[in-house]
Amino acid sequence: MADQVLDAKGLNCPLPILKAKKALKDVPMGGTLQVIATDPGAVKDFEAFCRTTGNELMESKEDDKVFSFLIKRTS
Amino acid sequence: MADNAGSNTKKLSMIVTKGSLDWAYPPFILATTAAAMGLEVSMFFTFYGLTLLKKKLDLNVTTLGNPAMQMPMFGMHIGMPNLMSAVPGVDAAATAMMKNLIKKKGVASIEELREMAVEADVEMIACQMTMDLFEYTMDDMIEGPVLGGAATYIETATNSDINLFI
Repeated sequence: MADQVLDAKGLNCPLPILKAKKALKDVPMGGTLQVIATDPGAVKDFEAFCRTTGNELMESKEDDKVFSFLIKRTS
Repeated sequence: MADNAGSNTKKLSMIVTKGSLDWAYPPFILATTAAAMGLEVSMFFTFYGLTLLKKKLDLNVTTLGNPAMQMPMFGMHIGMPNLMSAVPGVDAAATAMMKNLIKKKGVASIEELREMAVEADVEMIACQMTMDLFEYTMDDMIEGPVLGGAATYIETATNSDINLFI
């Protein structure tokens, strides 16, 4: 279970990323944030976001057009 | 920005020249996203782009000179002939339609993105020459932008990793 969960369903680019960035600030170092989104572009975007910011994308999965990303705050 | 010229932080600079509803999106989407990804961002607002800094935004789209504009309607995509723009109310209707779609599709408003850019410490520079040309004062603008000119931008661009003209 993630330390924090962000529901970004129904939001379009770039809002899931912007809201995730805000939410990550409240996650302790080493803690995790789960983002739930329906924007299919978010799959590649969260990979790029994590690579660039130095956070770890631990999991990226889809279930019936709902995407879930698990990010570990490491920066 | 110059005092950070030696730091390792990646930098993005943008020249924002257009002030219509559709053209307002690319600069604010990229600025907020880049800031969220840890970049230092500077936006230089000039000519019609300057109006995007006004306190009260009244953004519109036009079908004029925009042959690629196709609105999803009645289950298909309807092109908007250039000349339709001359018919009173057509641009207003196209703008209303666009704003409707924006809301329906969960796309952020320009006001929302602009506020997030200010919150994320995106540097905003209002072109002094354009301010003078179109007779604006800083009182017309939101809190945050500072005045600058071409030399200010060139210095910023020289120290940036990415420079965009939008």
